[in-house]
Amino acid sequence: MKFTMSWLKEHLETKNKDTQIIDKLTDVGLEVESFENISSDLDNFKVAKIINAEQHPNADRLRVCDVDIGQQNIVKVVCGAPNAKKDLLTVYASPGSIIPKNNMKLTISKIRGVTSYGMLCSDSELKLSNESEGITELKPSKYSDKIGKSFFKNNSEKVVDLSITPNRPDCLGVRGIARDLAAAGAGKLKSISHKNIKKDGSQNIKVSITKDKNQGCTIFGSCLIKGVTNRESPKWLKEKIESLGQKPISAIVDITNYVMLDLNRPLHAYDADKIDKQIIVRNSKKDETFEALDNKQYKLDDGMCVISDQSGVLGLGGIIGGTRSGTELKTKNILLESAYFIPRSIRKTSKLLNIDTDAKFRFERGIDPQSIKAGLLKASQLISEICGGKISKFDIQHIKKYKNSEIKFNISLFEKITGFKVKENEIIKILKDLGFKCSKKKSELKLTIPSWRPDISQPIDIVEEVVRIKGYDNIETIEPKKNRLKDTLNKQQKLFHFLQRSIASKGYFESVTWSFTDSKINNLFKENLKEIKIVNPISSDLDVLRNSIFSNLAFYLKKNLDRGFKDISLFEIGPIFKNKNPGEQLTVIGAIKSGKISRLNWNEKERSVDIFDVKKDLIQTLIEAGYDKQNFFIRDKSPSYYHPGKSGSVYLDKDDIDPVAYFGELHPNIVKKLDIKTEGLVGFEIYLDYLKDNKIKLKDQKSHFEYSDYQKSERDFAFVVDKNYKAQDLIEIISSIDKTLIKSIKVFDIYEGENIPSGKKSIAINVTIQSSEKTLEENDLEKINKLIISTVESKSGAKIRS
Amino acid sequence: MSDIKKIRDEYLIRLDNNLNYESVNQIKTELFGKNGQISNSFKTLGSLPNEERKKFASDLNLIKEELQEKINLKIQEIEIKEINSKLENEKLDVTLPEREINQGKIHPVSQVIDEISSIFSEIGFSVEEGPDVENEHYNFTALNTPDNHPARDMHDTFYLDNNKEILLRTHTSPVQVRTMLNGKPPFKIIAPGRTYRSDSDQTHSPMFHQVEGLHIDKDINMGHLKGCLDYFIKSFFEVDKIKMRFRPSHFPFTEPSAEVDIGYELKDGKIVIGEGDKWLEILGCGMVHPNVLKNVNVNPDKYQGYAFGIGIDRLGMLKYGINDLRAFFETDYRWLNHFGFDPLDVPSNYRGLSR
Repeated sequence: MKFTMSWLKEHLETKNKDTQIIDKLTDVGLEVESFENISSDLDNFKVAKIINAEQHPNADRLRVCDVDIGQQNIVKVVCGAPNAKKDLLTVYASPGSIIPKNNMKLTISKIRGVTSYGMLCSDSELKLSNESEGITELKPSKYSDKIGKSFFKNNSEKVVDLSITPNRPDCLGVRGIARDLAAAGAGKLKSISHKNIKKDGSQNIKVSITKDKNQGCTIFGSCLIKGVTNRESPKWLKEKIESLGQKPISAIVDITNYVMLDLNRPLHAYDADKIDKQIIVRNSKKDETFEALDNKQYKLDDGMCVISDQSGVLGLGGIIGGTRSGTELKTKNILLESAYFIPRSIRKTSKLLNIDTDAKFRFERGIDPQSIKAGLLKASQLISEICGGKISKFDIQHIKKYKNSEIKFNISLFEKITGFKVKENEIIKILKDLGFKCSKKKSELKLTIPSWRPDISQPIDIVEEVVRIKGYDNIETIEPKKNRLKDTLNKQQKLFHFLQRSIASKGYFESVTWSFTDSKINNLFKENLKEIKIVNPISSDLDVLRNSIFSNLAFYLKKNLDRGFKDISLFEIGPIFKNKNPGEQLTVIGAIKSGKISRLNWNEKERSVDIFDVKKDLIQTLIEAGYDKQNFFIRDKSPSYYHPGKSGSVYLDKDDIDPVAYFGELHPNIVKKLDIKTEGLVGFEIYLDYLKDNKIKLKDQKSHFEYSDYQKSERDFAFVVDKNYKAQDLIEIISSIDKTLIKSIKVFDIYEGENIPSGKKSIAINVTIQSSEKTLEENDLEKINKLIISTVESKSGAKIRS
Repeated sequence: MSDIKKIRDEYLIRLDNNLNYESVNQIKTELFGKNGQISNSFKTLGSLPNEERKKFASDLNLIKEELQEKINLKIQEIEIKEINSKLENEKLDVTLPEREINQGKIHPVSQVIDEISSIFSEIGFSVEEGPDVENEHYNFTALNTPDNHPARDMHDTFYLDNNKEILLRTHTSPVQVRTMLNGKPPFKIIAPGRTYRSDSDQTHSPMFHQVEGLHIDKDINMGHLKGCLDYFIKSFFEVDKIKMRFRPSHFPFTEPSAEVDIGYELKDGKIVIGEGDKWLEILGCGMVHPNVLKNVNVNPDKYQGYAFGIGIDRLGMLKYGINDLRAFFETDYRWLNHFGFDPLDVPSNYRGLSR
């Protein structure tokens, strides 16, 4: 909402300075977006003084002048005028200025080898007189203290731009703003003086509002103005319209706009001669069409509020008029409309047709239903003043009567909500200034809500009115109490934060990417999940919610590879979506690792990253989070975006149904499709929702401390097994032989090739044996050895390698 | 007796010589070997008369110990010499680079969320969360923003269905609704999380982060709101003084509503919080609207309180001097490395928020 300070002062009598008014606007909740001069071309013309004038070295008739243009700036200007001499006060135009006489734009230019910064102007160039000799001479008595100031009187007004919240339609008019300022003590609201206007005859175009279902119009006021001469608006009106950055069109259009901006009372002017017999306000029928003033053809749905005549639709009520009945310069007779449209109806129609107009913006927020007459009065009066014409009596049709609502307000509520006290009579004064009618009953106020405040309906709204006018500064700052109702984080949240930092501590950079992604990439990772389309995506490559974290990570990994990075470790912890309903999401950690380990290292051999790098990070993270590695179980099943032979899933327990994590190499086909160029690409995912909370609390874990002081022994075995045989199975067989004696099992070599039959491999393991009761003797150990060999051989078909 | 004294003297002198390991061993054998001189002297003990035997044995033991001690010292001396001579050939270039450790990083958004949680934890708030996908009811209607209300235009919403019933939450406020529906007052929570609006330029990104705050009890008023935010802003920016301005504003779910600005100045092109005469809007807040309380079955005549919503990314930008919001979500390795945090820097009350 824009307005000029002088316009505001037509409604507000105030001695406050502009800056005070600006501060006050902010204080009462009318946010000032900007407060600026209307930029004017004439600002570039400044009072200046020639402090030195010398002969131009290359031209007899030119002088080179040093000109004081204020604020200690001296510029060189080349001038041809004979009167350009030392100490002359004159008018200087800076480069970029447009000379009024010929509309030429000044540039910095070389005149016969001397650079001239701007120009000294003559009366005729400034359009002060038709002809003149030499440059303007200003009287020292009047101008000597104005050097550097704009020569032309600053008629460029300051424009305030407010951002009006949707609850305050009344402040979409200058008068509403003035009223708030007055209530806040920044002046006095002037009363509107109505000149008596002469009304001639009746409004003889019949108006009817049909009683359609959900009729969007409840009041339709109108008057005829006959015998007008539409023309260009007078200067004052043009300037008003222009000051807000709008273009004047014709007096009639400008007047309706002016009244709208002044009182927030939208109006519409029809060319009365183009109306076919009568006005019918009704619901549209499906597929009715009309051409609107934006020169677009609209096809209507049923149930939209239209203003029509016998031939069809004239306009969409409260949104936009039609070309058929629009006013032109030759228009003779006008029908002026001042109506009330229901916000809901306006919003629905404009959304469906995708039309945004000034009128729509106002009606959907709620126009004062009691401003029908005031609008007709002000506009018709201006029209007859400017364009002539006779004004008819006002015709007001309505299907609903608006009565001001009333509420009861218990004064104590104010202190209860705001924490501070305002005296009762001050509260009453504020409310009265805002237009409320007040009467008091004990500690209760009976309030009549002004018709221009559709936002006010209950006592809490009154609290807001009083506190914003009184000032938020008055609210005390109460130090917060430290009482706690619940733990800060619940178990799942603790796990989230722990895992996040645990992964980062292993060399991964945490990334935060969109929850949406490119469906083409998502398809590579979505498995059997449903694609979740965004109806109105921000761009076509962010068109679905992500089904996996890998789509975005892979995308950004590629970007970083393209930037020249090679060895990259990234992870993200966040939501993935299973389906489109609230709650159908999982919290997942996705991590990827590319390139090499120990690249270009002077003392370690470099190698590509492989799945055991990510498996290490994954397993270690789970251990750090408190899960027992002894129970972990690895299967070689994993989603299809992993390399089928180089990937696996992790179960917290062998009997669990859901894996808690996957790890592996990314599928080479996907790497190719995404055009990712790297030596190795591996990753893992952890599903936080499947990490059940079966951890023993640290205090219980710690209190259980057992160890054995007896000597431990280590034995090495090498078993020849089928090539596909899993080390995990071997370890399981051995560990279950004697859980009290076998303390740890370590795989230390895998061998295929010479001396091993084809289709077989050798797994070498180291077993630590220790008793908690005694030092084991050689024959005890020998017994265990034999048992290990025989059990493994019988359960797995392995052969001990001799 | 004089025999063994002689042996002693002789060998002590020999052991003072510059010997190698082998010669010391040779001496050891000569003295203590099977037919060593000391061993042999012990064998003579049996043939001595009782009265002499005791004295002789005692002397012999003393001499044995003395010689053994001397031999041990000699061996140690030789070993140290050997090590020292080896060391001369064991010189490394210690200026060669150490083995690499890959330092991981925590994203600034996560760090800031942890800072915020830590600050609010100190005054008894707990953390709640809600789903990213919401229905229209929780995101708007229950928050006193009915259908066809212009306030809905303030949020450019992403929809997941054509009926506009399922959407990506435009703010964290639906967590208020869910929390209050699932519990009984009092409530004292914050709810950080992802939020979405179909808006994209330098200062807006289609996804961003908010933290919601909600404190409902019997007598929580605007003074408590002011106090809470004053405490939070000071703690977060780690300053003792802050210039803060409450400006009346409008949100459908609070009444009265306010926007909060903090004072700042520009020093060398950088924003310095707390001083100066410029204002920066950082959050919206207000007293929870009675309609919202009714919608979640809390009696507004008995309970009241405040709510606020703060842009997390923006707070992070201000605190850590990050200029471009969009960079948060672009996963540029260089950016993450620079603006990311050491995972060991866990914001906490007793160690402080940040280094």
